[in-house]
Amino acid sequence: MDLSSLLDIVDSTIRLSTPLIFAALAGLYSERSGIFDISLEGKMLIAAFASASAAAVWGSVVLGLCVGILASVAFSLIHGVASITYRGNQIVSGVAINFIAAGLTIILGQSWFGQGGRTPSLFGGGRFTAVDLPFAEAVRDVPVLGPIYSGVLSGQTPLVYVAFLMVPLTWWVLYRTRFGLRLRAVGENPAAVDTAGISVTFLRYRAVIICGVLTGFAGAYLSTGQAAGFTRDMTAGKGYIALAALIFANWKPVPVMFACLLFGFLDAVSIRVQGVELPLVGQVSVQFVQALPYILTVVLLAGFVGKATPPKAGGVPYVKER
Amino acid sequence: MSRPYAKLPAWIDYGLIPLINLVVAFLVAGLVVLLVGESPLEAAALMLRGAFGYAEGFGFTLYYATNFIFTGLAVAVAFHGGLFNIGGEGQAYVGGLGVAAVALSLGAILPWWLNLPLAIALSFAFGALWAFVPAYLQAKRGSHIVITTIMFNFIAASLMVYLLVGVLKPAGSMAPETRTFDAGGQLPKLKGLFELFGFNLGGAPLNVSIFVALVAAVFVYVLIWRTRLGYEIRTLGFSPRAARYAGMSETRLIVVTMMISGGLAGMMALNAIMGDQYRLAIDFPQGAGFVGIAVALMGRGHPAGIVPAAILFGMLYQGGAELAFDMPAISRDMIVIIQGLVILFAGALENMFRPGIGAAYQRVRFRTEEPAGANVGEAR
Repeated sequence: MDLSSLLDIVDSTIRLSTPLIFAALAGLYSERSGIFDISLEGKMLIAAFASASAAAVWGSVVLGLCVGILASVAFSLIHGVASITYRGNQIVSGVAINFIAAGLTIILGQSWFGQGGRTPSLFGGGRFTAVDLPFAEAVRDVPVLGPIYSGVLSGQTPLVYVAFLMVPLTWWVLYRTRFGLRLRAVGENPAAVDTAGISVTFLRYRAVIICGVLTGFAGAYLSTGQAAGFTRDMTAGKGYIALAALIFANWKPVPVMFACLLFGFLDAVSIRVQGVELPLVGQVSVQFVQALPYILTVVLLAGFVGKATPPKAGGVPYVKER
Repeated sequence: MSRPYAKLPAWIDYGLIPLINLVVAFLVAGLVVLLVGESPLEAAALMLRGAFGYAEGFGFTLYYATNFIFTGLAVAVAFHGGLFNIGGEGQAYVGGLGVAAVALSLGAILPWWLNLPLAIALSFAFGALWAFVPAYLQAKRGSHIVITTIMFNFIAASLMVYLLVGVLKPAGSMAPETRTFDAGGQLPKLKGLFELFGFNLGGAPLNVSIFVALVAAVFVYVLIWRTRLGYEIRTLGFSPRAARYAGMSETRLIVVTMMISGGLAGMMALNAIMGDQYRLAIDFPQGAGFVGIAVALMGRGHPAGIVPAAILFGMLYQGGAELAFDMPAISRDMIVIIQGLVILFAGALENMFRPGIGAAYQRVRFRTEEPAGANVGEAR
């Protein structure tokens, strides 16, 4: 394998990890506050649809991003009302949101654009275009480092950089701010937070809204950054992979990035391993590589390798003592 | 499921509240129909006519309902044990292997009525096996069953694609599916039975597995409410600590409950594969495993509620298909929205109307007798 095909894999790993990073960090805020969220998939889907629709109609990708975020925040709030205010089952609520998003995107897409659930192809200002970092052209001929800089680091869409910047930002918010401390506390022991005179409800709602904003980014990236328009069921399980990455990373921001890169890498190579012979293993099946993120997560959850420790109060509605 | 609010009489709890939840879900669905510029009332009428208006449509309705009875029962059994089996889809998919194993190997040798019990046993076994690993991991290693069953859905999908494009595909064929089963691997349709009453089912794939589904519903009722195991399962669901204190083995109960649940989901393959398609094809459950969640929630976990809820969803599936002909703006995906709304209102938001209804009920009752304390409900 030569350098250029290696860089090719690294490049697509980064592209494929980006939506996972957004979605997994979204889940991190929500789950660290004690609200389990299996509706990352649905929120990404609705955001992808909303931003592609808005971008197609108004021709502005920034407007598209905003509309996508609004849509997924709206869905987040449904989840919040169900699981915070009405103390419903968070898993059930998440399942419901996934279904509503799956159906709604197709029905509305068909009725608005009449292309079988697709949105019109985006072009020009309707898409996020590649950003060239300074000197990308100049250093292209420098051996090894040149192609890495100009081929991989430079020339990504802006949201890719936002995603990777979101990781240190999340770390900082979580571990270095008052909000982050309270957020972590409310996921571990809401009663203690309540005793300190801080509203559990308000904290959790804020966490859920942040989750909506970040899934909005994830969805917008899928339909206006990676692809040029929305296609039916375009998240294709990425929300669940992000959830797996979140668990795999033990609900910590920096490991989340590495888990997403790992799963993105598996996604990137799964297309390329068709028919490749590996020593010892023999022929690798595409299906096995595709199932690998899920298998790895199950193995990790089983506690044979490492130990997954979810936030203690996760999934439990908070009832103020009477 | 926690019930922090006052206990209400059964007719409110099992009749009125599900009905209100359902009505609200349909009202919101109606708004979506309005949004795409069609008339919700007209859509509802078309849907009802498509599902019940003629015998063939009715046959399709019951065919879909059969799938949902199996998967609804599967989710309900797990619910009673306090477990959320979201993996019905994967278990049904893998259950198809059991059906295919019987139909492919014995289809040419034995008649269908001998193959049916074998196929029931094997589909149950395969579905149960697929639920075993998540169950064991939950019981022994404390990994969250919701996450593991989701993961197992995806693993099942990959596994089945692998098998269907590899081992199971007959030589020389391009389509990723098994060969068509021989006559012994095909369950008889109920066309003849309905003709006795003067109905023409036409091409409806309704077959004898609906009787298997109904027997399974009775079996689940007996299991949960009339056996010792069922008592233990309900105890586990109500309070794992109480179950432990009473000397019940939590591990055994979780594993057994999940395997029964997975087995019931696996049996769904009987209807789809042996009853209709006569071959194992990619993604044959078509979301039935997920519909089971809505069905179980709407039926409140009781077979007497699950069977009508399954018929309702069968009606939505069939009526929705018909609707798509007359109103192209409303495709079958409308059903997915309704399904999600039912899960939302009957499941996640079940506490939304309960306090109001409870208060109204207490006010009415207050005049006749002493109120039994409206807010004494235990906190979780």
